[in-house]
Amino acid sequence: MLLSHLRNISFLAVLSVALTACGPSSQDARTSGSGGGSGAKTLVTLDGSSTVFPISEAVAEEFQKANQGTNVTVGISGTGGGFQKFCRGEIDIADASRPVSASEVAACEKAGIQFIELPIAYDGIAIATNPKNAWADKITVAELKTLWAPDAQGKVKTWNQVRKDWPNREIHLFGAGVDSGTYDYFTEAINGKAKASRGDFTSSEDDNVLVQGISNDELALGFLPFAYFEENAAKLKLVPVDDGKADNGEGAILPSPDTIRTGTYQPLSRPVFIYVSTTAAQRQEVQRFIEFYMKNADALVREVNYVGLGPAAYTMVADRFAKRTTGSVFSGVNTVGVTIDQLLAKEAGK
Amino acid sequence: MRKHADLLFQLLSLATLLLALAALGALVYDIVSDGAGRLSWAFLNSYPSRNAENAGVYHALMGSIWVLALTAALALPVGVAAAIYLEEYGTRSRVAKFIELNIANLAAVPSIIYGLLGLGLFVRLMGMGQSVMAGAATLALLALPVVILSTREALRTVPNSIREGSYALGATKWQTIWNQVLPMATPGVLTGLILALSRAIGETAPLITIGALTYIPFAPDSVWSRFTVLPIQIFNWVSRPQADFHTNAAAAILVLLALLLTMNAIAIIVRDRYQRGVRA
Amino acid sequence: MSTRALEWIIERLLFLCAALSVLTTAGIIIVLAIETVAFLREVPLLDFLTGTEWTPLFANQQFGVLPLVVGTMLVSAIAMAVALPMGLLSAIYLSEYSPSGFRRVVKPVLELLAGVPTVVYGYFALTFVTPLLQQVFPTLSGFNALSPGLVMGLMILPLVSSLSEDAMRAVPQGLREGSYALGATRMQTALKVVVPAAFSGITAAFILAVSRAVGETMIVAIAAGQQPRLTGNPFVPIETMTAYIVQVSLGDTPQGTIEYRTIFAVGMLLFLMTFTLNLISTWLRERFREEYA
Repeated sequence: MLLSHLRNISFLAVLSVALTACGPSSQDARTSGSGGGSGAKTLVTLDGSSTVFPISEAVAEEFQKANQGTNVTVGISGTGGGFQKFCRGEIDIADASRPVSASEVAACEKAGIQFIELPIAYDGIAIATNPKNAWADKITVAELKTLWAPDAQGKVKTWNQVRKDWPNREIHLFGAGVDSGTYDYFTEAINGKAKASRGDFTSSEDDNVLVQGISNDELALGFLPFAYFEENAAKLKLVPVDDGKADNGEGAILPSPDTIRTGTYQPLSRPVFIYVSTTAAQRQEVQRFIEFYMKNADALVREVNYVGLGPAAYTMVADRFAKRTTGSVFSGVNTVGVTIDQLLAKEAGK
Repeated sequence: MRKHADLLFQLLSLATLLLALAALGALVYDIVSDGAGRLSWAFLNSYPSRNAENAGVYHALMGSIWVLALTAALALPVGVAAAIYLEEYGTRSRVAKFIELNIANLAAVPSIIYGLLGLGLFVRLMGMGQSVMAGAATLALLALPVVILSTREALRTVPNSIREGSYALGATKWQTIWNQVLPMATPGVLTGLILALSRAIGETAPLITIGALTYIPFAPDSVWSRFTVLPIQIFNWVSRPQADFHTNAAAAILVLLALLLTMNAIAIIVRDRYQRGVRA
Repeated sequence: MSTRALEWIIERLLFLCAALSVLTTAGIIIVLAIETVAFLREVPLLDFLTGTEWTPLFANQQFGVLPLVVGTMLVSAIAMAVALPMGLLSAIYLSEYSPSGFRRVVKPVLELLAGVPTVVYGYFALTFVTPLLQQVFPTLSGFNALSPGLVMGLMILPLVSSLSEDAMRAVPQGLREGSYALGATRMQTALKVVVPAAFSGITAAFILAVSRAVGETMIVAIAAGQQPRLTGNPFVPIETMTAYIVQVSLGDTPQGTIEYRTIFAVGMLLFLMTFTLNLISTWLRERFREEYA
């Protein structure tokens, strides 16, 4: 009986070793499957945030039209998943809706991967209510904080608790999912600390659900990415935000591509990034892809409802790539209220 | 009195069945009304795009077919072999019972955990990369418990007299299984395969985890190729803000259902033929 | 090659395939355990298992997993309440009452229910079923446990009905005829003779169904909500263990952090829960099994 088991186990062991040896080398796996046809096509691989995905997809599509010999693929494993693959050398470019974190920088260092950080667009956060809502004509950052602070849980339940002359009716809150960069950024900008907020609001990782929820509920108020507002402008009412600071625009400002880019709509806009590894940047197809990205980002970003950085900033970012400047300017830096131009200029000047 | 109860019971069970079918009908109607208008040859032949009108499902459809075929090729022989061992060779020993428990448990593991396992084992450790093969291997692991469990049940329904008759004629154990038992059990085996593959065809999370892509402008050309599948494309289109993409998603769902129907139809024809042959 | 040698090799190969399941379980346990152990170094096990607040993604982190467990059980219970009786009744109809032509058409159509991608079911629950139910129950929230529970039951129904029906069809016709000969109606035969005879297959189907419900991911991720809360009320948003795992693993959390490790801790708990469930079911099956020559 025991002998029979032993024989089985040794058989198993031999087979497992044999199986481990088979399969393509990681090099093959990277370049194979690059599409049919004669002559292998080169491949550029991206992965990461689902927020940045539409931008990378647009660029990939246009790039491939202009460069038939290269294929570009994009995944959506999430910013964290993207960085993990990136720091293992499994992908060329990581899409990120937040700056790289300290632990991820350490992981890349350990693996010997150096990255070039390239901001590529702004993502604005819009405050929206139901079109039938006649009283919320603007809101201040302080009021948003009253509404969304951790202490507000279970306590701030009616509109008039936020502002005295608003009606004494229930307020129904909607917001981006708590595992998204949108949520992190909103809480940092409004409550001063990332991920600090009340827990009793309807949250969803799928922003379309937020649109549906707010547009069906007269008493709703929510925060969601500006891109999703733009596509559903008829179903939602935008609320201008007053950050109480006169120097970047007096009074309550409505989010729009202009106000987001020039930094007037604050504090609810944030930069999104791509990270390229220096190893990948040695390949011609990757270089051409990034250069194409920088040249065409402004137009393509607008097409997918995000906000471009403006020609000056893109030139600075392209320059950053050309010089192969490694390391992160944004990691750990509180980017609330600062424009890309200011940050990049600071980096260039340092 | 009993006749009344019998009639009532018959009606009740029929009503239940029809209710389930009606719910399915509601689902299909909902999707068809959204997506049927978008279906066209161009839609089936195009690659993804940021413009909803230009986007199509060719890459995802091919990816799904490749992954599905490979998953079936992996799961069926391994699953049937495992079931045969447990049912025909395994004694009522503790080892066999342990394996049995194992398999039942694996049926409950959420698919995303298989994704995490697949990432660590197939993609990285065994070096398969983010390929069709890694995806199919992961899904095969997912499908295995269902295949094994239903094959075992199918083998159990074969009367022992068949086996004994075969031994009496001098056949070996394997000859008995291969020539007598397995053909009789085939209908049940196919039911299990259909159910398992039906689940595999709709899986999203584990494939995203092992690295199936979302934007990929080509169809797989080998089992080591990168890929995407229809559910992932659907998931992606549904979460976009533009309403046109939602229509695309509905159309893509119809394509997926058509693929499922085709696969089921093939399996059912085979199952039917075996069932008729055996019952005669 | 002699037949004996061939038989020996075949038996070894078959064993290998069976043992693969053990290897898979081992693989899963290893993948889960490594991170769970790291997690438990920072969060005491008792806090994890008995705490009533689950907020690892918020600034004020609490790691009590009970809200997720209760959420999972609530949705699964609703799904089972739909799938088990409806599945069994459908199976009885198809096996004992229906003409064979009807069965030939209906069975594959039912199996189609099992093939609809779970993502589709999720959106069906969110955008069709919930609004429909809200007309009956105005207090029903946009995210709730009732809608995905019902839809999940629908998805699992073919699993129960197909496998149960296969088991019932395999019961020898002689048993039925004996029952009819004694004057029993079809209902009595079905309930008192066929179902007990097919008990092994039917329980196998039930166990598979419950396992499937507990492990289902996308339907709940889309339609049940993302608010972990300790409640038995099916009308409010909740979060299940599986939905939480999906939310974090596909989201923006960096890997190697304690938030990310929660995925593995929750996954491990889920695995152990279903293991216990199956242990009990196997014991039950062994006790009530009947065999026919």
